[in-house]
Amino acid sequence: MRIGLFVPCYIDAFFPEVGIATLELLERFGHEVVYPRDQTCCGQPMANSGFNAECAATEALFVRNFSGFDYVVAPSGSCVHHVRDNFDAIEQTPKVAEVRKRTYEIVEFLHDIEKVEALPWARFPHRVGLHNSCGTLRRLRHAKASELHEPFFSKPLDLLSKVADIEFVTPARPDECCGFGGTFSVFEEVVSTKMGYDKVSDHASAGAEYIVSADTSCLMHQKGCAERIGVQMKFIHIAQILNGASS
Amino acid sequence: MSNPIGQAGDRHAMLHPELHAEHDSDAIIRNGQRLDHAEGASRPLHSRPEKQPRGAKIHGRRPVDQAEAAARFIAAPEHEKMHDERLWDLRQKRDREMHGIPEWEELRSLASAIKEHTLTRLDEYLEEFESNARSNGITVHWARDAAEHNRIVHGILNGHGAKSLIKSKSMLTEECGFRAYMASVGIEVIETDLGERIQQLDNEDPSHVVVPAVHKLRTDVAEVFSGTLGTDPGNSDVHYLAEAQRQATRPLILAADAGMTGCNFAVAETGTFVVCTNEGNADLSANVPRLHIASIGIEKIIPRLEHLGVFVRLLSRSALGSPMTQYASHFRGPRAGGEMHVVLVDNGRSERLGLEQFWTSLKCIRCGACMNTCPVYRRSGGLSYGATYSGPIGLIIDPTFNARKYSNLPFASSLNGSCSNVCPVKINIHEQIYAWRRELVKRHEVPLVKKAAMKAAGELLSRPAAYRAAIAAADAALAHLPRFVIYNGLNAWGKHREVPHPPEQTFHSWYQANRGGKS
Repeated sequence: MRIGLFVPCYIDAFFPEVGIATLELLERFGHEVVYPRDQTCCGQPMANSGFNAECAATEALFVRNFSGFDYVVAPSGSCVHHVRDNFDAIEQTPKVAEVRKRTYEIVEFLHDIEKVEALPWARFPHRVGLHNSCGTLRRLRHAKASELHEPFFSKPLDLLSKVADIEFVTPARPDECCGFGGTFSVFEEVVSTKMGYDKVSDHASAGAEYIVSADTSCLMHQKGCAERIGVQMKFIHIAQILNGASS
Repeated sequence: MSNPIGQAGDRHAMLHPELHAEHDSDAIIRNGQRLDHAEGASRPLHSRPEKQPRGAKIHGRRPVDQAEAAARFIAAPEHEKMHDERLWDLRQKRDREMHGIPEWEELRSLASAIKEHTLTRLDEYLEEFESNARSNGITVHWARDAAEHNRIVHGILNGHGAKSLIKSKSMLTEECGFRAYMASVGIEVIETDLGERIQQLDNEDPSHVVVPAVHKLRTDVAEVFSGTLGTDPGNSDVHYLAEAQRQATRPLILAADAGMTGCNFAVAETGTFVVCTNEGNADLSANVPRLHIASIGIEKIIPRLEHLGVFVRLLSRSALGSPMTQYASHFRGPRAGGEMHVVLVDNGRSERLGLEQFWTSLKCIRCGACMNTCPVYRRSGGLSYGATYSGPIGLIIDPTFNARKYSNLPFASSLNGSCSNVCPVKINIHEQIYAWRRELVKRHEVPLVKKAAMKAAGELLSRPAAYRAAIAAADAALAHLPRFVIYNGLNAWGKHREVPHPPEQTFHSWYQANRGGKS
């Protein structure tokens, strides 16, 4: 398959290793992965703040960059949620609809499309706490949310359980929001950081060495919070573990 | 004096420990020097309980600054912690109850469908209710807005020469500013719900639709009662406080001229209505005086009695995590020699029903589950919203009353979506919060500085070359600027958390260097 790799802006700028892991992981499964050079962002920061008209040009650029691929894959749940569910600042031509439909988050791509059965290269001998971001949990439906009465399922845990020597810990409030919330993190920074402090402390109490997530934005926020209050915690994107990172 | 801390009556008890450390034999000495900062002399202050943080500052119709009030709530850690844990406990109890009902999700769908059906034929069901209620001997009034509601109730009370009114909790009467109005016309109102009574005595709005004083520590209640009921200010024992309130309020209840309740469900088919409480106080309000007035929002209608079971099974499980409220009282008509009045109140509901994106907010049964689960609400306190309705449901209802005044509220959310998942009538709350943000931008109710920032971001992110240059500059800045330049008051990210560490190279330049041949 020919896959367009979408590396969201903050991953490009601050967490290149997440983009690299996603690229290498997709290549391990034999796909042709292309990184369109003119990509920037999906438009979510503006749309999330209510400024839909202001993200039209960014959305149009996204469609120009990512048309014509079998799939577009990104290591970021919230960006994929925006593209799939809210990307309506521009005219909804068949081409736009096609890009939106073919855009996948890396975990759901591996789980639902690639149907990964084994990750023989992956070994992660650490205690990890899984952070399902709200975008992946309640919009992309990566896993059962604790509020709903339904059978248990978890796409990220299905994948992580194929990693050798990994050990899971469960915090007291597994799917409580960590407080990132896009522009919420700056417009309501006191509440946002308090939620972040509580989140990293909860994982620390559960004995996690690492917090692992499919959303780097949540991890960036949590890392900033942990460093500020002195909680010893490491953070890693799920694509890195699945790609064989050992620490 | 060897240990002045905590001795009542001693003026030193009010001082921070380090201020009288020179008299304190326990003062910490290091390297022959007395430590002169708080950490060195750290010791809990027993002298005073933490002061209750107050709610949002209201400046007329100017936008309420929820973030400011939330920051003050968080700055009171005992209150914030208690509030978060208490409400999270309710959420967990709700989950346990949910797991005891295999058909839970089906019930939610059913409740949602019944409400949507009713709202699309609201006029018919309201008239059916009115006609059947009249047949039962109830006098039915219609109020277009809050002012008309208050005038109607005042008129009824005047007609009976009533000077005092006992009432049970009702968010509708909060919406109508009812207590303030009654005070202005010289009628004494006594709230019979304990939490609501605490709030009344403290001259503060309820902070939650079900547990109105949940933001208060018992020491706060002790302070309120000592000032209003004459209890011992140093005694915050819950039983002592509750009993003192009971002794003070019971005589007022027995002597009241009239009683008032709200309503949880009004049944069109029977012309009856149901009030759910845990304290039985609605029954006191309705049955002790001969005159009973019920204020009912027009969205409270359900078509048939058989639908009630769906809602009663959901209501208290969602609200408090108990299978049912202690009391679910059905009111059918006046008792012999008495009078029963119902005031059906619109107060913006018809207008809301016409809002394409927001009309389903009228399905709300005021259980408060969305508040209990909301991580922002739990850490902000209900009074930070400066509005009748707080928490997620408030974010989507309050702007319908005044889009300008409540223009900040839809931004007081991380859009995590837990609210929609717990809602027993399946209101898509987080999607409506998102839609309100768009709506407020359209109506120009968002600050210009935010608009300018978003416009600039939109332009930058749609021009790859300019964007590349900006990323490089940001990484370089974070790598080289001194800490005090990055962590200043202007950087909202960095006030309470660290900024990300810039990498050696961006993904873009890594790709260029390692996969340069491809594109």
